[in-house]
Amino acid sequence: MAKRAAPEVNAGSMADIAFLLLIFFLVTTTIETDSGLNRKLPPMEESDQDVIIKEKNIFQLEVNRNNQLFLKTGGEEKVIEIKDLRASAVTFLDNGGGTGDDACRYCQGKKDPRSSDNFDKAIISLQNDRATKYDTYIAVQNEIIAAYNELRNREFKRAFPSLDMNFVEAEKAYSDPRTTPGTKAKLKVKLEEIKTLVPQKFSEAEPKSN
Amino acid sequence: MSKFKKKKGGEMPAVNTASLPDIVFMLLFFFMVATVMRQNTLMIENKLPQADQIEKLDKKSLVMYIYAGKPSTNYKSQYGSEARIQLNDKFADVSDIAAFIAAERASKREEEVPFLTTALKVDSDANMGLVTDIKQELRKVNALKINYTTRKGDALEGLKQ
Repeated sequence: MAKRAAPEVNAGSMADIAFLLLIFFLVTTTIETDSGLNRKLPPMEESDQDVIIKEKNIFQLEVNRNNQLFLKTGGEEKVIEIKDLRASAVTFLDNGGGTGDDACRYCQGKKDPRSSDNFDKAIISLQNDRATKYDTYIAVQNEIIAAYNELRNREFKRAFPSLDMNFVEAEKAYSDPRTTPGTKAKLKVKLEEIKTLVPQKFSEAEPKSN
Repeated sequence: MSKFKKKKGGEMPAVNTASLPDIVFMLLFFFMVATVMRQNTLMIENKLPQADQIEKLDKKSLVMYIYAGKPSTNYKSQYGSEARIQLNDKFADVSDIAAFIAAERASKREEEVPFLTTALKVDSDANMGLVTDIKQELRKVNALKINYTTRKGDALEGLKQ
């Protein structure tokens, strides 16, 4: 008996099935955002004694209900634009006006006696109104973090020139799962050192109720 | 003679579509891999603000999501147009946050609890009053690690829109 060839399966509708699946996944896909600004809230219990902070060490920001930004520092008050905030914050943090025990070793600022003493003493405080819009708040937060990152990058490069990366890159490498545990441990020490050198002293006051 | 006749009858050959399934499959696989199934159906508008100093949230399982924003058009008549909080699949009040955090903590292993992060997915049009209330509530239950979820982009550009 002659051997019959097996009939070929008709694959013409395969494209249709694939299209159907494709459209289903196209519709259901949402590229999730899973990145953002990490912050830490202050714990609830408050210490009884007030900490005394010199006025010159505070960089006081206030966002009002019309999303305008007021800055009070070094004895002067003014309205500033959010785009100028980063530069002013860096100038303030990097001032290094302290003398004696408060002298700042690595500050490169103008050493204005009316502005901050050193990285450790300088505090940025932010107060917003209940009617302030969230995107303005995020923009302000972003600029403040950017100012800290700018200084941390500079200090990281100065302290560890052999690594050939800045603070942000080092932090990224640290959280990268592909980095080996050995490198991670080394990076952690260095990151901590810079974090203590340029601490993020950022305080948020309770918003004004209207 | 017959040689010439054959050519005369020739029409436009049909385009070969045999490779079409391959292309479609390639796209299909891309979307299948890139898809993250949404855990929560959003009942609010959620246009996140932009920022550029962002860090990635690495452990997806250790994140608690709190959404806030105006109710979307379907729910406007029922819930009004003021910005509201959404926890899991329903609208919630500020006072529900403590219970929500407690439930999330209970569902995780004990050693993971200190690493839990709260991601605030707040619409850029929301008022800070609501966000502050959420933050106060989180402080009360000692959930101090938070993340303001944002899109990547220039923060100042985002403001102008």
